[in-house]
Amino acid sequence: MTASMSLDSLTDRDVSAVRRPVRWHIAVFLAPAVLIYTVVMVLPLVETLRLSFFQNIDHHQVFAGLANFRTLLGDERWAYHFWNALGNNTYFFAIHMLVMVPLAVLLAALLSLRRLRGGGFYRTAIFMPTMLSFVIVAFVWRLILSPLWGITPNLLDALGLRSWFAPYLGKEQYALTALGFISVWKELGVPMVLMYAAMLAIPDEILEAAEIDGVVGISQFFKIKLPLLWPTVGVVAILTFVSNFNSFDLIYSEQGVSAGPNYSTDILGTLLYRTFFGAQFQFPDPHMGGTIATMMFLIILAVVCIYLFFIQRKLVRYQL
Amino acid sequence: MALIDEKVETMSKKRLSISVLAAAAAASVMSVAAAAPVTLTIESWRNDDLALWRDKIIPVFEKAHPDIKVKFAPTAPAEFNAVLNSKLEAGTAGDLITCRPFDVPLTHFQKGFLEPLNGLKGMDNFTPVAKTAWTTDDGKTTFCVPIAAVMHGFMYNKDIFAKLGITPPATNDQFLAALTKIKADGHYVPLDMGTKDTWEASQLAYQNIGPNYYKGEEGRRALVAGKAKLTDPQWVEPFRMMAKWKPFLADGFESQTYPDSQNMFTLGRAAIYPAGSWEITGFNKAAGFKVGIFTPPVQKAGDKCYISDHPDIGMGANRKSKHVAEAKVFLEFVASKEFAAIYANALPGFFSLQKTPVEMSDPLAKEFASWRGKCDSTPRPTHAILSRGTPSLEDDLWVKAAGVVNGTLTPEAAAQQLQKGLDSWYKPAAH
Amino acid sequence: MKTPMTEARRPAGSTLVAHGILAFFTVLALAPIALIVMNSFKTRQAIFGSPLALPTPETFDLIGFTSVLGGSNFGSYFANSMIVTLVALAGTIVFGAMAAFALSEYRFRFNAVTGLFFTVGLMIPIRLGTVGILRMMMSADLVNTRTALILVYIAQGLPVAIFVLSEFMRTVSMDLKNAGRVDGLSEYEIFVWLVLPLLRPAMVSVAVFTMIPIWNDLWFPLILAPGEQSKTVTLGAQVFIGQYVIDWNSVLAALTLSIIPVLALYLVFSKGLIRGITAGAVK
Repeated sequence: MTASMSLDSLTDRDVSAVRRPVRWHIAVFLAPAVLIYTVVMVLPLVETLRLSFFQNIDHHQVFAGLANFRTLLGDERWAYHFWNALGNNTYFFAIHMLVMVPLAVLLAALLSLRRLRGGGFYRTAIFMPTMLSFVIVAFVWRLILSPLWGITPNLLDALGLRSWFAPYLGKEQYALTALGFISVWKELGVPMVLMYAAMLAIPDEILEAAEIDGVVGISQFFKIKLPLLWPTVGVVAILTFVSNFNSFDLIYSEQGVSAGPNYSTDILGTLLYRTFFGAQFQFPDPHMGGTIATMMFLIILAVVCIYLFFIQRKLVRYQL
Repeated sequence: MALIDEKVETMSKKRLSISVLAAAAAASVMSVAAAAPVTLTIESWRNDDLALWRDKIIPVFEKAHPDIKVKFAPTAPAEFNAVLNSKLEAGTAGDLITCRPFDVPLTHFQKGFLEPLNGLKGMDNFTPVAKTAWTTDDGKTTFCVPIAAVMHGFMYNKDIFAKLGITPPATNDQFLAALTKIKADGHYVPLDMGTKDTWEASQLAYQNIGPNYYKGEEGRRALVAGKAKLTDPQWVEPFRMMAKWKPFLADGFESQTYPDSQNMFTLGRAAIYPAGSWEITGFNKAAGFKVGIFTPPVQKAGDKCYISDHPDIGMGANRKSKHVAEAKVFLEFVASKEFAAIYANALPGFFSLQKTPVEMSDPLAKEFASWRGKCDSTPRPTHAILSRGTPSLEDDLWVKAAGVVNGTLTPEAAAQQLQKGLDSWYKPAAH
Repeated sequence: MKTPMTEARRPAGSTLVAHGILAFFTVLALAPIALIVMNSFKTRQAIFGSPLALPTPETFDLIGFTSVLGGSNFGSYFANSMIVTLVALAGTIVFGAMAAFALSEYRFRFNAVTGLFFTVGLMIPIRLGTVGILRMMMSADLVNTRTALILVYIAQGLPVAIFVLSEFMRTVSMDLKNAGRVDGLSEYEIFVWLVLPLLRPAMVSVAVFTMIPIWNDLWFPLILAPGEQSKTVTLGAQVFIGQYVIDWNSVLAALTLSIIPVLALYLVFSKGLIRGITAGAVK
């Protein structure tokens, strides 16, 4: 393929500039996704965001400018709930980054070891919690941690750690941490699979070359595999961030819509749901709900933009 | 010329025949439409009652009205309010809506989702008091047919009481003494309540024992009128009592859910259970022992007793439904004595709100109902008018009451915070 | 053809450690699930009397399963869940891959904007648009249909799929694609025959974690398609959770049954993952 030598330096733009036709294929590739996404997701969401600029005065929608935002950040009650939720969400995310990501990398590394028998079994087993619905996850962990039906107390007793036991999900100071760990338990599968796929994509030639150079085992992992994994770690981190800051189902299933005890497990998702759709006897306020949604959107947008423009560019992506 | 005339004639003949055909078609379509049975859907949070409606209530109605079919389509209780609100906004809600009491359906009515029911046949089967939960503030329009009320009190395990030689307490001191005795024995949990499902602390604790302190309707009306505040002694005392319960609750009660409480009681592990009358059916089936009940303890011997007697379920018609007329026919059935008899006996513990009392066969239900003669009834104070704003007093009470029982909030602080939340939007002068 | 690797000598101890760690996490992952499955076969008293015990002949009780399978339309709920999940999955992956290809391959005026446009979907939960979506489905007469759910789930899954797939697509060699163009292949052919096969592990990963939220979702079936003919399995299981009465046996049985299809779907895709990886090694 001698022709490829001179073609190497050609970019797609050059190629198409030579041909000069309209690049319909771009539109074709994009059309179905853009269409469904815009109609089913974006338009209804825009409607919701629009609500944040209106207020309900005596059953009429009145344009209110930024009044709702001032209420959310300035009014004592609203501000308390908002900052409480934001703080809790950040803590929740921290648990995922500090516990889940290293674990995912560790397990993926172990699974991608050549010569490991039963890898498929391990992978499926560790992935199983991810397949469960939040209803099941909430239910089973409530059962395990229940002080009445005695699984955790007995287990800790057998390990001599009985004093460590408390009704975690019912205590303000422990509930969020407990839920963080339960969430990690459930969500570990996805980052593990992504890392695993990335590790498998590392060509054998590179690993062989390393082994010939005498770089094996843990050293090989840190010197060769991990650097090639950073883009995937980046993807996992940003996906985890977005997922956490949109999270709702687990806390809703486990602690109810008021995210107790005493709002200690309230995150942005539960605050939003409670405001937008109402709680047991609390009537829904779609305007403040829309405001919270807008704030969530702005926060996540800011972080994602920072990631895309500063971090992702810096990640060296090797074409393998 | 003749040709044209002919043409015109054929044209008009054609037109005539076409219009005749059209009319005939329209007539047949309309008659078919009239003959096809209408299916009504009932929205509800009572998954528990699915079998009751499907097997006992709906067949009776369908027999009398063969052209109307009815489907009972409940949603899980935790999701019900949110889902119903969404469906009503978008217009996909069912034809008949099961109504919670007071503020929630009132707001639905004000938004134009519920049909006014003033002239409905059978509405005079109910006293004005029974209808207050489903009537506008000015008393002029009713928007749901009352179905049932629930009452609150304490249930106890008769076997455990007999074994430990305890009689049902009448005063607070006797109550605490009984709890102390059961705790000293060590085998049973004295008081069966958890705070994970915060509504227990609100409805089964505060609003259960509360009426004896704030004197039922008298106190509730004063609160609504703004003459009393939640920080007044009669409203703080119930919290102080609840704060004393902690040592008598199960180990780890902060994680104890409502189903946990139920299970603990029916499995014979606990002695006293703060209860709503709705438990009767379930406990009859599940408990392996005799269940007794006693009214919430009074402060001093000889005090007048008050009980929480709360209209809980009603049914209204979705104004945007395509079959409002048929829905109203069903509501007439719901307002009838026949319906009341079926419902009250199939669900002992849900007491009919009709003027003529229903003959009930269940002994516990009969005992509960007898309390209406001894004690003065009052509905839960937080539901009427005081839950219309943000924060709704009921939802706020759930969190604060649980805090008091947990010991993380003092009674005074709880009352203060509740009143503050109420003051942030509630203007008593209007009521 | 894989060149035979000179396997460096690895001490047996480290393999043991690896197995140890993996085994620990396996137990941690499976034990809670086993707890549910076990208890779904017991009587109610036994569930709360001794939750850790295996069902014995005295405590063994199939009542949960009989009431779940016999008393409701579980067969049709399963079918609905399967159809909705698989069709939505196919749509998400196909349309997502196409869009990801366009965004990662070509430089054009609206590339960055379109990319950001899809990223927006990552940032807000689609549930917020519920009322708008519901009204839209009403006017399109799609309420209580599987189609409504499928459309919503595709819209929900596209942002993540595009995000992940375009990341993987950037690693496909430019040389390969340009060689294809030189050979006269159209862009479509390059996409289908050159790029997609290399993306198989990524596509399977996306498939796996896209299908799970769809299968387990309660919210949209509840709002858009609660009718009998379109009810999904997750929604059907809710009927056993009452306001004051919970039919424990049925709830546990329903939960156990709902694990099976997801597990099956995962195993199916898991095999594809292996095949894709070994095939992809051939360049």
